[in-house]
Order: sequence, then C-alpha cells, then structure tokens
Amino acid sequence: MEKKILAIGLLVAGTLGAVASVQADPRARFMAANCAYCHGTDGKSSGAIPSLAGMEVKYFVDQMKAFKDGSRPATVMQKHANGYTDAEYLAMAKFFNAIK
Amino acid sequence: MTFDRRKFLQVSGAAAGAVAAAGLTGCATAGAGSASPKIVVVGAGFGGSTFSRYIKAWYPKAQVTLIEPNAEFISCPTSNEVLAGHATMADLTRSYGNIKKIVDAFVPDYVTAINTKAQTVTTKGGKTFAYDRLVLAGGVELLFGAVKGYDAEAQKTVKHAWKASADQTLALRKQLEAMPDGGVFAMSVPKAPYRCPPGPYERACMVGSYFKKAKPKSKIIILDGNEDIASKKGLFVAAWTKHFGYGTDNSMIEFRGNNAPRALDVKNMVVGTEFDDVKADVINLVPPMRAAEICGMAGVRNGNNGNWCAVNITTFESSDVPNVHILGDSALTNFPKSGSVANNTGKMCAYAMAQIFSGQPVDAAPVVTNTCYSGTGMGTAFHVATVFRWDAEKKAMVPPKGANGVSKEESELEYAYMMSWKENVLNDTLAL
Repeated sequence: MEKKILAIGLLVAGTLGAVASVQADPRARFMAANCAYCHGTDGKSSGAIPSLAGMEVKYFVDQMKAFKDGSRPATVMQKHANGYTDAEYLAMAKFFNAIK
Repeated sequence: MTFDRRKFLQVSGAAAGAVAAAGLTGCATAGAGSASPKIVVVGAGFGGSTFSRYIKAWYPKAQVTLIEPNAEFISCPTSNEVLAGHATMADLTRSYGNIKKIVDAFVPDYVTAINTKAQTVTTKGGKTFAYDRLVLAGGVELLFGAVKGYDAEAQKTVKHAWKASADQTLALRKQLEAMPDGGVFAMSVPKAPYRCPPGPYERACMVGSYFKKAKPKSKIIILDGNEDIASKKGLFVAAWTKHFGYGTDNSMIEFRGNNAPRALDVKNMVVGTEFDDVKADVINLVPPMRAAEICGMAGVRNGNNGNWCAVNITTFESSDVPNVHILGDSALTNFPKSGSVANNTGKMCAYAMAQIFSGQPVDAAPVVTNTCYSGTGMGTAFHVATVFRWDAEKKAMVPPKGANGVSKEESELEYAYMMSWKENVLNDTLAL
C-alpha cells in the first residue's frame, strides 16, 4: 500500500507542476520563464509558436542575434531580441537546451 | 504605452523606495529563515495561479493556500471571439484540477476580511488563515456607480462582458443574435487605466465581423472615455477601414472620443454622455474600474487617487503595507494590464520571494516582458510587444531602444500565433 501511494506521488510530480528543475541561476530561470506565455512552460509550445526546449545553444543565440539585426524577419521577436544582452541570450539558450 | 506624469512619478517613487527596501527584505521580513513560510494567495487568475505554481516549483518548502471562489477558470483574453461567434464558452474555460494538486490548500471561497497587522485572511465561510506573505491577485473592481442608472436591475439587461462568464459574455452574444439587421450596438470604453487596453477596439472588430455576415445594415457606436483610441490606434484604424468601411459615409463603426457614459436609461435603451444621448438596440457598458475589492480590504489601494496599488517593482510588495504583494491588473505600474503581464509578474513575484526565502538578494534590475495580440475578427491579428528593464538612471522599468512596438500590419500568421499564445498562456498559468 505504501509503495502504491509513493508510485502515485511520483507520477503526479512527473506530470504536473512540471516546471523544470534545471540547475540554473535563478535570474536565467526567471528570464526563460518570461518566454512561457508564448513558447509554453519550459519552452514546450502548443500550436504555431515554435518550441524552445532542447534547442541547440548556438542556434538559439544566432537566431536572437539575427532577430536583433533584422537579418531574420520577425513579427514579435525583434522587439524581444532588442530587450536582452548577448550574455542573456546565452543564459536563456543554456536553460532551454538543458530541458529534455 | 503612454501614462501621465503623475502616474510616472508615483511609479518611479514606489520603485525607488522599493530598491531602498530591497536590501532589508532579505533578512528583516517574514519568511526568511522560516522553514515553511505560509503564503496566502487570493485569486486564481493569470497572476495568482501563475505565482502559485512557480513559487511551488522554485521554493517547494513554501506552504501555499490559494483562495478562489470560481469553480473554473474562464479566460478574458480571446473572449471577444465568443461575441463574433467564432468561439464558445468551452473554448475559454479550463480546469483548476492541476493547480489544486500543486498548492497545499485550495479554498473555494470569497475573502471577506484582511487584517494586515495580525497577518490573517478571513473567508465568507468563516475560516481564518494566517500568512507570512499575502499575495492579492483579484483583478479589477468595476465601478457601476460611476454611471447613473447602472444599478443591479439595469445590470440584468446591460452587460459589461469585461469579466468573461456565461452571464456576461454569452448573454451579450445572445443579445447581438437577437438584434434586428439595421440595429445599433452601443459600446463604451472607460478612461485609462483599465484592464486590457486594446480589448474594446478588438471587440468592435469582432462584433463587426458578425454584423458584416449576419446583419450588414447594423451600426457600432463606440463611446470612448478617452480622447482617442487608447491602444494600437494605427492598426485598429487600418482594420476598421479595410473591413468595416471606417472613414466613409457608410462605415459600420462610428468612434466618438471624450464620450464617457454618464447615465443609463434601460427602459428606453438610451446611454447618455456629456455630449450625446445614444439610443441603441444593444448596449454594452464597461464602467470605470479600480484595483480589486480585496486590495481595499488590505488598505493597499494607495496610488492614483486611491484606485490602484503602488508596489515595489522588483517584488510587487505594497509600497505601504509590508508582506502584502499585489499582482496583475490591481498593481499600479507602467505595464499594460494584460494577461501576459499578470502571468509574467506572477513569476517575477515568485522569483523575488524565492530569493527572500533563500536568504538571497532580490534582483535589483529585473527584466520582464509583455506580448499582447488582438484579433480583427477577419482571420487576422496583430500585436504589441515590449521588454521592460530596470533603468537605474530613470529609476523605472523602461524598454530599451527597439524593444517596444507593434505589428507592421494585420496578418493570418499572427492570428495563428495569437491562438497558440492562448493555449500556452493558459497551460502555463494553470499547469495544464
């Protein structure tokens, strides 16, 4: 009986409240969480907006730079890219990359 | 993104005070060092639910009690789609099931009293909860008394539909369905600040899209308490022009600025402003608003003539009352009163509180975003997006160069993004 309860507990913990416990500096974790209303919790998106979870670090950073300088056309992303520093792109990229 | 000078000074003043206080917060106030700080959250909307799930993720030892009277979550964002006939109430409705499992206690009740000295919250059901930290996320209180005749009896006929529910949103949709072709729909916009700045103008589009299809001789009259269109003006004017003949003699939409409703005569279906008496078949009256009633109970409605709650912009703690945090629409900030902002400031508050509980310094220079889509009702949408960063010189949350702006034009792509945003923000808020 005890085992059964434990198993259910783990199942619940695994399926909800599932904000990732990635080892990240709290500021990077919060900045990445800023993206969730569009890109989904932990960068796992429903619908047309792309997911960020698991994205390659270099690809993420390069896209942010391309949004910023306009070489990649954007709707909302140029404004967002203009709001962060290169160091912050990297911190967010590492956070999303670590999510499986 | 405009706000008046007085408000700016209040915001920056509160923020400056906040920074001074931030140094103390880590060690001097409730929560730090306590093994399981008790947090009471009032309101499970975009702000309160998001805060609750993120504080449980980022500081699992926190004991969270979430008090919410509604049985289900009903989204205000995209609720104008119901007026257009493009969505049902079910599309707006989500379960609290997962949030209930995440928090330590979910209390389905109304708050009737808050004692910020004893640090307790009492509910209608007679229960009292002690807190180390109180989070007030009650949205807005609608001020029906500002319009003569908009009493409880009149509210049975005239809907605001500014808090989505079957009794409001669906009832208004049914009134529009029952209206004859050639009828007049009069809708109002309160003077800013109010919840969802582009919402009224989007509403005109949504109702317009329905009229265009089902009753094309009908008119929409917008009675606006503001001088001009208060949000995304260029984009709305372009959409009204493209789809609804705005600017021509045959326009479906008529805009009247500086025309806040002053009186309502439900018997004759007339709404009066300083300048006009408008007779209409359907009246949709959104009254002025202020921070939620619970903020009044806690004595934190201290800003902007006692209407909104001045906060420390890094922690969302009241500028006056310690250990009381105010999220979302109730807070006096230079952020728009949007679902995205409520969602993200819920995380901002959780981030600050987790730092405090861990004995770590609060981020003195945070960065937070808003992204807000509006639909045209015609299969397209557009956005405003902003990144706010702490500016030490201006002592305010300011968008860096190029980090604030709107769409170039409406597009089908942005409609797809809007619907994706809706799913993601609801999932993020409610842990779905």
